Amino acid sequence: MHEHVLSMHDLTADDVTRILDTAESFRKVGTRVIKKVPALRGRTVVNFFLENSTRTRISFELAAKRLSADVINFSASGSSVSKGESLKDTALTLQAMGADAIVIRHSSSGSPLQLTRWVDAHILNAGDGTHEHPTQGLLDLYTMREKLGRLEGLRVAIVGDVLHSRVARSLSFGLVKMGADVTLVGPPTLIPPDAPVWGVHVSYDIDAVLPKLDVCYLLRVQTERQRLEFFPSVREYARFFGLTRRRVELMPQDALIMHPGPMNRGVEIDSDVADLPSAVIEDQVTNGIAIRMALLYLLLGATKEDPG
Amino acid sequence: MSGRYLFAGGRVIDPAAGIDEVRDVAVADGVIAGPEAAAGAELIDADGLVIAPGLADLHAHLREPGDEHKETVETGTRAAAAGGYTAVAAMANTRPVADNASVVQAVRDRAAEAGLCDVFPVGAITRGLEGEVLAEFGEMAAAGVRMFSDDGHAVPTARVLRNALTYIQAFGDDLVIAEHAEDASLVEGGHMHEGVRSASLGLAGRPAEAEEIVVARDLALARATGGRLHLCHVSTARAVELIRRAKADGVRVTAEVTPHHLTFTDEDLDTYDTNRKMHPPLRSSEDRDALRAALADGTIDAVATDHAPHAIEEKEAEFDRAPPGTIGLETALAAILTELVEPGHVSLARAIDALSTTPARILGASDHGGPIEPGRPANLVVFDPEREWVVEAPFVSKARNSAFLGARLRGAVVATVLRGEFVVADGKPTR
Repeated sequence: MHEHVLSMHDLTADDVTRILDTAESFRKVGTRVIKKVPALRGRTVVNFFLENSTRTRISFELAAKRLSADVINFSASGSSVSKGESLKDTALTLQAMGADAIVIRHSSSGSPLQLTRWVDAHILNAGDGTHEHPTQGLLDLYTMREKLGRLEGLRVAIVGDVLHSRVARSLSFGLVKMGADVTLVGPPTLIPPDAPVWGVHVSYDIDAVLPKLDVCYLLRVQTERQRLEFFPSVREYARFFGLTRRRVELMPQDALIMHPGPMNRGVEIDSDVADLPSAVIEDQVTNGIAIRMALLYLLLGATKEDPG
Repeated sequence: MSGRYLFAGGRVIDPAAGIDEVRDVAVADGVIAGPEAAAGAELIDADGLVIAPGLADLHAHLREPGDEHKETVETGTRAAAAGGYTAVAAMANTRPVADNASVVQAVRDRAAEAGLCDVFPVGAITRGLEGEVLAEFGEMAAAGVRMFSDDGHAVPTARVLRNALTYIQAFGDDLVIAEHAEDASLVEGGHMHEGVRSASLGLAGRPAEAEEIVVARDLALARATGGRLHLCHVSTARAVELIRRAKADGVRVTAEVTPHHLTFTDEDLDTYDTNRKMHPPLRSSEDRDALRAALADGTIDAVATDHAPHAIEEKEAEFDRAPPGTIGLETALAAILTELVEPGHVSLARAIDALSTTPARILGASDHGGPIEPGRPANLVVFDPEREWVVEAPFVSKARNSAFLGARLRGAVVATVLRGEFVVADGKPTR
């Protein structure tokens, strides 16, 4: 196992399988009445979140707590960061307080990798800019494997703003690594022009892609004004790329619908589509805890120090 | 050491005189002397060393006034001397901006006080670098400015640039407008070359066409106005093609390229090393190869450093927040020797021409760039083409943001001579 979890790009197929298998064993812990194991007792995990996040932060917090680690939450507002302290100095401070692992969410691509140059703690990337979100990618792979029994050969479409999506990068890299067949779908302005180099297909026609899918993975559409230079209107987006009830009919019966959340109901996904049994969005959330437990355990669990 | 001395047995490369041969060079009272001065002169063994006209940089940010925490005229010119430079053009994007004769004069005065390297202040094209109102070219030209640039940004509208290229012609045929060619609307928010790498690293791109568009526009305006245009830090293969065609058509254009664009590509950004973040960005390997060929065939006239010092804490930041730029004065010669001369992309004579003779001519720095002939000011660099060294901090520059940190380079400056005086001896600044 690596020292850090920075990107899906860094992981081998064997790494991915090992992480998913480890998560499998932790998945059961979450179904017990007492959802806790002592694996990381005495270890300190810092959730260092410099960008707003609810689900990822809570998921990491639960994961660390279920492993009996001490958890510190450190977010941008009200912290030294908002007083102008640099990322490096803040990280050194966390290190001086004895952080064994730092889970970082940051709006700047590459910042988790930079952190590894400055501190000794294990770094887990909880989303960096428009680069990667490897734990999301892993929980998505876990969910697909759990529901469909395999990853190799799965036909997956990732639909939406791929250009600005760290989720799309991690998931694409992971799926290609595991032998799945990936098609990126969206307006041409939101698909990186060089994406085929990643080993994926590109399509601008969702209706043509849907009948040949095992998984339709929808990305959240950013509706901030600056995104609107890439497509004319949310309405037009929904019409040409949104997963509507009509489009669900085009998909094979047993195909899954996935979304990393939070959803824009009525934009990339119709409200009644999100509530279909084939939409496994809540399972993704549940599996996220198991994946993050697995990663923390693999990084921190095999302690070198003898506590005696 | 000053007065009368003789470099004995060095290989003299003097592109201005078309000389590349082992011969002695005598210096007396700050100027190159004839063989008659050899008698009684102090002898300096230059066996195995190269003696060339002092290097001339068309593009350095000395940061003074305004950003003295990054670099000062004194520290910047000391770094220049350490790198073998005797002439440096200091860019106008200081605070206040060098858009008037008094700032220009202040920079020149500071350089004269330090006495380490001749500084040729570049004047702004537009007042405050704001891209709207022409700066006072006439006044600055009267104060000796020969090059004007809003470096950091392209002049935003064709109309303003057209007026600048037209208006400067009143003050001398040798005045030149130097452009930073990147279309602002295409590079806004971008941090590296747009391509496979930027997509994978999740960094917004600065596409190659941003440079091509401005180069094409500027060449059209230079052609139409007859004004002299210089293109800064050319970085793309297609820009090279446009320049090649314009030169063939007789457009008055010159171009420079940096050692870092000749060495690195966007693949060297995989570790988010902020020292390799610069504008324009490191490009593809195809672009780099085209730049090398263009330097060899003269389509690109000169090597310029774009020396851009920043404080440690400014560069030790998130990639998208770190300021762009790498220092370059202390590594340019060795980088060109290692990356271009040694693999055979350009000859040693062409390298010296591109680092010294041609940029001195573009800048109107008539005391620099050779020829190394009796009566000429003794502005020289002496270097060991074989000595290997590893680029490490600290530097002579106040800054340490070098894209070459950790690189093993071959070729080291032994001495830099400014008007006969050793400002660098045994590879170290003498003061």
